[in-house]
Amino acid sequence: MKILIQNGRLIDPASGRDEQTDIAIAAGRVVRIGQVSADFHPNRTIDARGLVVAPGFVDLAVRLREPGHEHEGMLESEMAAAVAGGVTSLVCLPDTDPPLDEPGLVEMLKFRARNLNQSHLYPLGALTRGLAGEVLTEMAELTEAGCVGFSHAEVALKDTLVLHRALQYASTFGYTTWLRAQDGYLGNGVAAKGALATRMGLTGVPVIAETIALNTLFELVRDTRARVHICRLSSAAGVDLVRRAKAEGLPITCDVSVNHLHLTDIDIGYFDAAMRLTPPLRQVRDRDALRAGLADGTIDALVSDHTPVDEDAKTLPFAEAEPGATGLELLLGLALKWGEQSGQELARTLATITISPVRVIADALGSLASSAGQLVEGGVADVCLFDPAEYWQVRPDALRSQGKHTPFTGHELPGRVRYTLVSGHVAFESP
Amino acid sequence: MNFRNNPQLNKHGELIHLLSIEGLPRALIHQILDTAGTFLSVNDREVKKVPLLRGKSVFNLFFENSTRTRTTFEIAAKRLSADVINLDIARSSAAKGESLLDTIANLSAMHADMFVVRHSQSGAPYLIAQHCAPHVHVVNAGDGRHAHPTQGLLDMYTIRHYKKDFTNLTVAIVGDIVHSRVARSDIHALTTLGVPEVRAVGPKTLVPGDLREMGVRVCHDMAEGIRGADVIIMLRLQNERMSGAMLPSAGEFFKNYGLTQEKLALAKPDAIVMHPGPINRGVEIDSRVADGAQSVILPQVTFGIAVRMAVMSTIAGNSA
Repeated sequence: MKILIQNGRLIDPASGRDEQTDIAIAAGRVVRIGQVSADFHPNRTIDARGLVVAPGFVDLAVRLREPGHEHEGMLESEMAAAVAGGVTSLVCLPDTDPPLDEPGLVEMLKFRARNLNQSHLYPLGALTRGLAGEVLTEMAELTEAGCVGFSHAEVALKDTLVLHRALQYASTFGYTTWLRAQDGYLGNGVAAKGALATRMGLTGVPVIAETIALNTLFELVRDTRARVHICRLSSAAGVDLVRRAKAEGLPITCDVSVNHLHLTDIDIGYFDAAMRLTPPLRQVRDRDALRAGLADGTIDALVSDHTPVDEDAKTLPFAEAEPGATGLELLLGLALKWGEQSGQELARTLATITISPVRVIADALGSLASSAGQLVEGGVADVCLFDPAEYWQVRPDALRSQGKHTPFTGHELPGRVRYTLVSGHVAFESP
Repeated sequence: MNFRNNPQLNKHGELIHLLSIEGLPRALIHQILDTAGTFLSVNDREVKKVPLLRGKSVFNLFFENSTRTRTTFEIAAKRLSADVINLDIARSSAAKGESLLDTIANLSAMHADMFVVRHSQSGAPYLIAQHCAPHVHVVNAGDGRHAHPTQGLLDMYTIRHYKKDFTNLTVAIVGDIVHSRVARSDIHALTTLGVPEVRAVGPKTLVPGDLREMGVRVCHDMAEGIRGADVIIMLRLQNERMSGAMLPSAGEFFKNYGLTQEKLALAKPDAIVMHPGPINRGVEIDSRVADGAQSVILPQVTFGIAVRMAVMSTIAGNSA
């Protein structure tokens, strides 16, 4: 299959390239960027006039809900949602049922994903067996099966002795550990501690739940030199600590979710369960610090934190509702919205969902490391074509994900995905 | 989707549900209290009934047990001539695994006109109001730590009865504020009605500093908290919180924050002492104070029925 994409505005954040040009794709690879020679005979030509041609997006936090939560999401529906959102590589969390704690489960998931022939799937293995926080998983075996790192998902690893050993062991082999910074005791709440939670009578998670966990992690990283990716930062104080830890040279990276970049606890309104998220939405100053942290590179990647939740689990009183929101199809729109509002160059905005997240997982990508999240000749042809000027309204019934709950229902977002190419084939085109 | 506007008011600003005192206009609160005043005399009649809710069905949905509040709602509804159905949800539907909204759908199919809801989770009555049929009215009879608006209104009725004017008062609320829906409803009501000083009194574990943003003065010292007060509202300390990480013991709590005659002497000589009940004698309040001349705890209960009649008749008269 040969595809020629003509007249688009090609933006490759990795190289800084931003120009109107053509791109030729053959056998799953980008064969030419620029003037395409006349002897290239494409099977298909896409006129990309008015569209941005960007590397396919890389989402570091996706729940596919398989195995075990198929009522909330199936691999088919969620992988369809990924390509509809322009996401061509995704990292999925191990908090399935059973958790991804043994190679067979990971192989099965990879196999099922490969058969769907859509986005590249990079699972995170469970850091401990059953995510129970006691026994380490067989990390080498899991890595061989395709895991790109090890995570404890939302389950707090309260035992610092186990955490210390997990980091020692992972660092022995150069594996990255992905952790949420939330103290297992102080983190038991459903909203951010503050005036709103107090007024609404909701149990609050204080900022110190994040900063204590970060300080503990940094001490462990200083001791072990383990590489740690901090997932879903939520507070201004947390951003500040990460900034200082990076300045010190600790081998850490971190991400923030699209939800936390745009929302605050005030959005909970009259107990809107769509705003029931983990970590909880914090105050305006926290949101502003997260936005600034993403802009200055303290925060490496923007993630959708895609979590399909079914209707029954959301139509409950706020505290009982299952946390999470669908996000794969909103990642681009919410990234662009942040970029517009904070005056970022388009290439810089796109970097947060392409090359920057790739750098987080690069060590585990193998042969794809040199071209994922980029547009380079000879590299894998993962491409997203979108119309930056077209606004679309978020409507639950129009989402491909089985998860219909998002805080952004009814919002108008910029950036309509028109085509998504994965390894050189058209995996999605908008009707 | 969720409510964009205050879900308890219709587009004319009339009350269709009572979910929280927060956001209610001052005039509306006074109107309910005035209406309650007219119902007080009903309670003194030989035939204690008025026909305002005749033919209407009021369902008491208590997802959390409470004999006292349920009884006062039942009496209020019956005095308005409504048919009252009590459902002990905690021991029936919910115990069988039926979801909250399935329960509501089933009861709506029985042509309920009003749901009186008590639930252990903050916000549950909002979810019910959002999903029930448009003609059904919802009264929040206490949700989690969030609100207990009829208690708040009866407290305001009591204060207005004894003190007449709100705009020159100092009101101290003492005890476990952080877990108290009564405290939140009282604070919203008092600040809306123009009380210049509302104090929240208790240890830091039970009185968070964030309360200042609700317009109250936070006092961790009991003497500072009740000095010069016109009204003291003591809160019930739940048994399960008497000993743990919040408080070491009921005895130590009483020593610091229990209301005794000696401490009451710091308040104004004509100060009134209130309590939403049921009281823990010797934990938050000394018996001599609870039974003393300044206590208005029993009149609160009497006013409570009239206030609940006023709330139910008011919302039943308005349509979405």
